[in-house]
Amino acid sequence: MITNALSVARIVRLAVLSLGALLFLAPYIFMVSTAGKAQSEIFSSSLSLIPEQWSYIENFSKALSRVSMTTLLFNGVVVCALIFVIQIVVAIPCAYAMAKLKFRAARAMMVLVMLGLLVPIHATALPIYVAFDKLSVLNSYAALVAPFSISVFAIFLFLQFFRAMPDDLIHAARLDGMSEAGIVARVIVPNAWPAITAFAIFSVVAHWNDLFWPLIVVTNQDYATPPLGLLFFRAAEAGDDYGALMAATLIITLPLVSAFLLAQKRFVEGITMTGLKG
Amino acid sequence: MASVAAFETALAEPATREARIAWLLALPAILLLFLFILLPTLAVIVLGFTDFELGYGSFRFVGFENYAELFGDRTFRRSLWNTAVYTAIVTPVSIVLALAIAMLIEAETKGRAFFRTVYFLPVASLLVAMATVWQFLFHPTIGPINTFLALFGIAGPNWLGASGTVLYGLSIIGVWQSVGFNMVLFLAGLTAIPRELYSAAEVDGARSWFDRFRLVTWPMLGPTTLFVTTISIINSVKVFETVKTLTEGGPNKASEVLLFTIYQEGFVYLRVGYASAMTVVFLLILVVLMFLQYRVLDRKVHYA
Repeated sequence: MITNALSVARIVRLAVLSLGALLFLAPYIFMVSTAGKAQSEIFSSSLSLIPEQWSYIENFSKALSRVSMTTLLFNGVVVCALIFVIQIVVAIPCAYAMAKLKFRAARAMMVLVMLGLLVPIHATALPIYVAFDKLSVLNSYAALVAPFSISVFAIFLFLQFFRAMPDDLIHAARLDGMSEAGIVARVIVPNAWPAITAFAIFSVVAHWNDLFWPLIVVTNQDYATPPLGLLFFRAAEAGDDYGALMAATLIITLPLVSAFLLAQKRFVEGITMTGLKG
Repeated sequence: MASVAAFETALAEPATREARIAWLLALPAILLLFLFILLPTLAVIVLGFTDFELGYGSFRFVGFENYAELFGDRTFRRSLWNTAVYTAIVTPVSIVLALAIAMLIEAETKGRAFFRTVYFLPVASLLVAMATVWQFLFHPTIGPINTFLALFGIAGPNWLGASGTVLYGLSIIGVWQSVGFNMVLFLAGLTAIPRELYSAAEVDGARSWFDRFRLVTWPMLGPTTLFVTTISIINSVKVFETVKTLTEGGPNKASEVLLFTIYQEGFVYLRVGYASAMTVVFLLILVVLMFLQYRVLDRKVHYA
């Protein structure tokens, strides 16, 4: 059996893991280091990680002045929050009906959900874009959020979760005279927090990072989400001012990474749960 | 017993009422599912048979003309090929690395949480932002990778700027980004293996590390591996962010990938009909992949 003693195998294992960890962290290390270097020092291509002259303030003020980072982060939060709340409000009652109510269309719904799981936004983007263009709703929060209002994956995940819930819980609530909507709100939701948190993490990570859809429907910087905003910033920066670019990158990566570091156990559990169910 | 009687009456309530409530609860989801998934999917299939271009009022049905054009379209063929090469590199490498890391972490008693966090970090990082960092790392003259290689007298390539290496550069980013996700799934799979199986295998003479892996770990991880493989392939086929951010399909179309080509045709050149035909091909690839997964799963269930 494995003991805590430092056997040779264990030293090798730790060495391999540490080296790998260093390689995986390297981009972050260089990001933080380069964000503090002056242009001339970056072009001297030295491998030293600590800036000779600390240019953090310069680079960060450049990053903050070119593109409004606060707008980007605000848009990201608004879009992700709207998407998540709508997805939950739409999916939970539907999954409850399919799992716990006698409902003849449930089977047909199941087929639709399974089909829906196959179709990513990339496949439906063209017609939705054409429709949004005709309705002149491009460049709006509505355009960013609407296509994701329905998450068949959420229905699928909650369906599995609800099926495992004891029927007695629901019968008891009915005997107490609760309406079905009341049961969803006051019995199902409080008991579904693990699934809801897991889905929240899945949904926020996916939509915070998504570039494809925002790129299609947003050309106005005022509605840019973080990935799109960074693309605009790159275009404005003409690519070579790596100090400012790394500072911008750092600002934009920080929110989700700190959320992850603060709640990393939840994150990993959430991704595992949604990953394995998907 | 009073509660049982009440329970009975609750059950005796007309089933139609329950069905009506069920419909009401499911209605928003059903409507949105039709509006944003079913209808657009059908529309994309129909549009694939038209010459619709955004900005022109009228369009006509052209039958399979778009598909015939696709076959002869060198950009599209290049794009399919590049996507296949990218997938063929990223999927196996990220799976093998993820499994190895997961097993090393699982065997370790201390520092588990630390290593898990580090390897998972790229999954929680904004890919467009990290791609920008990788662009700097890959920079032919001032990039740390080539500076490091120069220490050993190796002249590093122009990673993202040369048509011979651009796909490898993108693949490295792809592997870096996806290993953590696969690792977490493997870790869950590994923890689910009952410890007794290892002791039993040892009793049966599986002395070496490799024997235990071959006899217990690998077979027990079968379903996880199958799932990780499918999801990795699908994610690789969907590569877009890094290409759009770093190379725009260049140089010389050496990094044209499926979604990027669809994006260019449909949303930049606005040739919606033609791009729809490409989308149908993309969708077919996904359907075939899912079908293959079900087939393998099916066989496992029946013959295992």
